[in-house]
Amino acid sequence: MSQRQVLQVFEQYQKARTQFVQMVAELATRPQNIETLQNAGVMSLLRTLLLDVVPTIQQTAALALGRLANYNDDLAEAVVKCDILPQLVYSLAEQNRFYKKAAAFVLRAVGKHSPQLAQAIVDCGALDTLVICLEDFDPGVKEAAAWALRYIARHNAELSQAVVDAGAVPLLVLCIQEPEIALKRIAASALSDIAKHSPELAQTVVDAGAVAHLAQMILNPDAKLKHQILSALSQVSKHSVDLAEMVVEAEIFPVVLTCLKDKDEYVKKNASTLIREIAKHTPELSQLVVNAGGVAAVIDCIGSCKGNTRLPGIMMLGYVAAHSENLAMAVIISKGVPQLSVCLSEEPEDHIKAAAAWALGQIGRHTPEHARAVAVTNTLPVLLSLYMSTESSEDLQVKSKKAIKNILQKCTYLPALEPFLYDAPPNILKHVVGQFSKVLFPWIFRYTSAEGGQLSTT
Amino acid sequence: MATLARLQARSSTVGNQYYFRNSVVDPFRKKENDAAVKIQSWFRGCQVRAYIRHLNRIVTIIQKWWRSFLGRKQYQLTVQVAYYTMMMNLYNAMAVRIQRRWRGYRVRKYLFNYYYLKEYLKVVSETNDAIRNSFVRQKERKLAIPNCLLAHCFNHYPTISIDLWSARKALEEFAEMKEREEKKANLEREEKKRDYQARKMHYLLSTKQIPGIYNSPFRKEPDPWELQLQKAKPLTHRRPKVKQKDSTSLTDWLACTSTRSFPRSEILPPINRKQCQGPFRDITEVLEQRYRPLEPTLRVAEPIDELKLAREELRREEWLQNVNDNMFLPFSSYHKNEKYIPSMHLSSKYGPVSCKEQFRSENPKKWICDKDFQTILPSFELFSKYGKLYSKAGQIV
Repeated sequence: MSQRQVLQVFEQYQKARTQFVQMVAELATRPQNIETLQNAGVMSLLRTLLLDVVPTIQQTAALALGRLANYNDDLAEAVVKCDILPQLVYSLAEQNRFYKKAAAFVLRAVGKHSPQLAQAIVDCGALDTLVICLEDFDPGVKEAAAWALRYIARHNAELSQAVVDAGAVPLLVLCIQEPEIALKRIAASALSDIAKHSPELAQTVVDAGAVAHLAQMILNPDAKLKHQILSALSQVSKHSVDLAEMVVEAEIFPVVLTCLKDKDEYVKKNASTLIREIAKHTPELSQLVVNAGGVAAVIDCIGSCKGNTRLPGIMMLGYVAAHSENLAMAVIISKGVPQLSVCLSEEPEDHIKAAAAWALGQIGRHTPEHARAVAVTNTLPVLLSLYMSTESSEDLQVKSKKAIKNILQKCTYLPALEPFLYDAPPNILKHVVGQFSKVLFPWIFRYTSAEGGQLSTT
Repeated sequence: MATLARLQARSSTVGNQYYFRNSVVDPFRKKENDAAVKIQSWFRGCQVRAYIRHLNRIVTIIQKWWRSFLGRKQYQLTVQVAYYTMMMNLYNAMAVRIQRRWRGYRVRKYLFNYYYLKEYLKVVSETNDAIRNSFVRQKERKLAIPNCLLAHCFNHYPTISIDLWSARKALEEFAEMKEREEKKANLEREEKKRDYQARKMHYLLSTKQIPGIYNSPFRKEPDPWELQLQKAKPLTHRRPKVKQKDSTSLTDWLACTSTRSFPRSEILPPINRKQCQGPFRDITEVLEQRYRPLEPTLRVAEPIDELKLAREELRREEWLQNVNDNMFLPFSSYHKNEKYIPSMHLSSKYGPVSCKEQFRSENPKKWICDKDFQTILPSFELFSKYGKLYSKAGQIV
């Protein structure tokens, strides 16, 4: 009898613990409860429950901790201060997959707030265990581990280097080849966050053979996956010419151009970012992009978007036109200039206008033909008004002034120059007058010399 | 003598007459002299004039010849100069022609080829149109880029390395593939929806006595929904999902892999299932045999460092019971400065002889890792097959 009573006490206690931890986990999903929970001292209680004998209680406690740490960085710091991390890391290596998922969730929630917290996670040796989790059979565990690694590597280059040193990159490349879409997404975003900091890290990612797999998956219909893949490829290719060439060799053209027509805004933005990063390095790469028909696709993409999604496309046109005059002519014949002038006039944000002004300046600065093509669309008065207006930011003013100056120095199209004579400030007026003199002087000279010839014979 | 007399009568006058007649003749003589002189001078004048004229003629001839000679000499010089000038002009003109051709060739080959640029820009714009049109989902979409133009371009400038064909083909294929996939997905979705509807409305099927609503007797033939309902299986109640047990032992691992490879359902097979023809074994026996769980031997079931793991587990369980992690320190520091007196065995330089040192020479530099060999005590298999064999040898009857 008494034995049963004793066991009943234990059962009650266990039931109470289970209930408590499940309620806390549920309450932690709503943000308004979290303050109250924190004030009630939930951290230390959850810490002790993390070491509970019953596995379900451990897992639910870990889940609750993860949700709390996810909410804001004070709680995440509290998690770190209460020395919960070493215990988590230790049991991450041993326990079953649900616990692993929950523990990886906690690590990810802590690591996402600031570099110091991520450094704390690295210091307690979590990286090795997370990398071991990446080799697990269960795709959920892999996803959670990859997510945690991604948030750690996101902050700065040292943390990314630490992640790479733990040997995560080959395993992430293997994760990309798995059939589950969520895992692919997370692995691609992790690679993207690793590669974005420095050329050496990007080279490490490329050496692990990631580029070929990423390029194959561009055709996948899932929009979020495409978005992450394009982001990863653009982070890799932005650092140097060799990396960009390697990305191009993976035969992404003309498939990437189909992504520019996607319905999702982020896919379009990342696709145009990728093309921009490739085209900006050398004239040969820009030529390759132009030959594949990239300019038309980007111009159509600019026409169909609004706001910040347009910005990479505009910059790409500027970079292509800046390399050589043939490429600028290619941009002009693809009807880029009307589109850019539309962007210039209708966008409300200053940085997008500045980018459009810069791109127009790059197009028009090469020869009189180019300048004429820009001047014919009546963009010069718009640029002048942007330069003169007091509301534009300094960056916009500087860029529009440079664009006007560059275009004017080559422009011989007089009907476009005439309005400038009336309302331009002196420093621009001198260029306008110089251009007029260039056009009119030979004509005057010819005329007067003809007159002189006639006088001498009579 | 008459005459003489008359002469002598006139003799006085003769002298006078003589003088008078002479003097009378004098002006006539002067006149005649003057006349003769005039005539002579005139004649002499004519003579001299004729002579001078003659001389003039001769001198003219000489001068004429001399001047013509000089002129001819000058003419030759002029002709030479003119010839030279003409030849130089000709050479210059030819040189200009050569230079023009050469400069054009040089600029076009090494610096800038205008026609090549024009062709290139045309091809680029055509590529752009191809890319733009390949996404237009129209039934009468026709990518009719004039092939003659492209052929012309490629004939003249074979170096234009734009892979227009493969680019266009790839895009067309991709667009078609996407269309096809979308259509297929739509069809499948429709079919699934219809099937689900039919399953839900299964009770509306017509019976022998009562025709269903889709099988009205006033219609010529039943509604297609009727056939759908006939084909559909009735929906069963949703069962609560059985959660998978979570533990990491070997049997469960095999169980979870076996759920992937041999799907087991909790629902028993239907009673009146058509029996397969042939002398088959009893299905329950077969299933029992097929899904027999793994019975690993003791050696496999336990991990190899089981002893260490067990020790760790024991340590962890003891740690759970700890109230405080810090070691308890002694209260008094009485024994702090006490010197430890080791035993005789420990205080000698020469330690106990261990077997390892005697029989093995060690070379630490050759060690590949710094950990020592582990002591593993594997389990033995004496009783692993007890009761699991088919034979009944040794069993208690």
